Amino acid sequence: MRIAVASGKGGTGKTTVAVALTLASQEPAVYADCDVEEPNGSIFLRPEVDRVEKVLVEVPEIDESKCNACGDCARFCQFNALVSFNTPPLVFSDLCHSCGGCELVCPTGAISWKKVPVGEISFGTSNGGRISVIQGKLDVGGSLAPPVIRQVKAQLTDDVFTVVDSPPGTSCPVIESLGEADYVLLVTEATPFGLHDLKLAVETVRELGTPFSVVINRFDEGDSGVEDYCASEKIHIMVRIPHRREMAEAYSRGGNLFDAIPEMLDVFRNIPVTIEKGVEV
Amino acid sequence: MKEIVIISGKGGTGKTSITGCFAALAENAVLADCDVDAADLHMLLAPQVMETTDFISGHQAVIREDDCTACGICMEKCKFNAINLTEEGKCRVDPYSCEGCMVCVQVCPVNAIDFPDSLCGEWYFSHTRFGPMVHAKLGIGQENSGKLVSTVRREAAAKAKELEKDLVIVDGPPGIGCPVIASITGASLLVVVTEPTISGKHDMKRVLELAKHFSIPALVIVNKWDINPEMTQEIEKDTVAGGAHPVGRIPYDRSFTVAQINGRTLVEEKTGQAVENITTIWEKIWQTIK
Repeated sequence: MRIAVASGKGGTGKTTVAVALTLASQEPAVYADCDVEEPNGSIFLRPEVDRVEKVLVEVPEIDESKCNACGDCARFCQFNALVSFNTPPLVFSDLCHSCGGCELVCPTGAISWKKVPVGEISFGTSNGGRISVIQGKLDVGGSLAPPVIRQVKAQLTDDVFTVVDSPPGTSCPVIESLGEADYVLLVTEATPFGLHDLKLAVETVRELGTPFSVVINRFDEGDSGVEDYCASEKIHIMVRIPHRREMAEAYSRGGNLFDAIPEMLDVFRNIPVTIEKGVEV
Repeated sequence: MKEIVIISGKGGTGKTSITGCFAALAENAVLADCDVDAADLHMLLAPQVMETTDFISGHQAVIREDDCTACGICMEKCKFNAINLTEEGKCRVDPYSCEGCMVCVQVCPVNAIDFPDSLCGEWYFSHTRFGPMVHAKLGIGQENSGKLVSTVRREAAAKAKELEKDLVIVDGPPGIGCPVIASITGASLLVVVTEPTISGKHDMKRVLELAKHFSIPALVIVNKWDINPEMTQEIEKDTVAGGAHPVGRIPYDRSFTVAQINGRTLVEEKTGQAVENITTIWEKIWQTIK
């Protein structure tokens, strides 16, 4: 089973929930960190990393001896990654989506591909080898998270319990992370910001058609807006996590949910069981 | 005209609540919300929308199934696996996977693929009790959040010029990727709001590297500093090591949540240590930039 943990708003406890879900599992499990701009799962799982792979994307390389400076490639590129002023084109790799269009339209065969790094993926294990941790990390200054996320997802298989920590928001990196998940847990907090961003996240998951439910973190700290919304939309609330200052302090030092609130362990063990039984929206 | 961008790397550090306070304290500013895929600043500032503009950016491939011969060339050439065969044996584009590159349009032997403009969201010009505001909403799962961010910044700068405002205050998105880069390039000053947690520290370091990469001066605020005073000190050391300056601390204060529930900024809600600190921090920021 693959469960993606997501949230519209950042800082609601998405990583805390994803880590807890992985730790609570009594079988071998995979933790896949797809929050590649700011991957934080390893802070709490402390894996022993055994290898790191570069994430490479292909960008065009111009053979100036073959280029006739027609500019067709620059006119075709939808991302403005090639610019030509009646000259061989300049390539702006950061903007390139590696679609292959420029090579397709080049009349003289002057375009080939070179690989450039945009991030890395690390592979490690934690909890005596029971948990595999796969972490994607975007290079600082790199702008395209989706290729890094795609490469993390390419490592995943269907035969092991897998938790995907998704990026916040609702745009392309989130969609990329949620794809192929069997179930989505949307983490929110009981505040107006939490509610507003939860609604966006619900819209996103409903568009994708993946079954989902909600985890309310610090449910007793704010107002009842999230509860009321879930009731009126008939959205199942899987877990309510209480607000405890101990949790904030444990989190600040890299501690996990069960260090601060041990009674949550049984609740989290039960989540995959509940999902298997088919609690849907 | 100066432009201050407030970012955080990590989400949930209090970036938007603090931006709201700065909006209340600034005297002659235009406000801009560049956190376009989960915008929350409007919930504190209650903007009255004066103008709404469609945000059209890029294109979307659409296959006319009546004309498609299902030859499969488009599927083979698409690098994003965005084209699938339907049960009726036709090719169909999955709009969430399509990046609008036009390769399929180019290779289709029977010209069966249209390439219409893509409506990716909308942006607004509004009035708030603290002055004019430009904000936006990105469509669900849309590409081009970076371009929408650039649009919001450009329009906010244009309004500042037109209305003779000397400052634009930008609430930036979380992370370090495309929308963040679009939010900060060319800005006068970054204000990074972090929290004293290992994640907050880790994410702040990446944000400061980004600031350095683009040569933008940065100031760092540690919010909820009293949750872990030792970590706060470490973060302030890392701030200096990262080429930025600590500009102040704000204590953990539940009133931020209460203010949010009441749809107000903290400086309007109450007085106290947090408000005093925020006011002092704002004065320092203003001194730095003016």
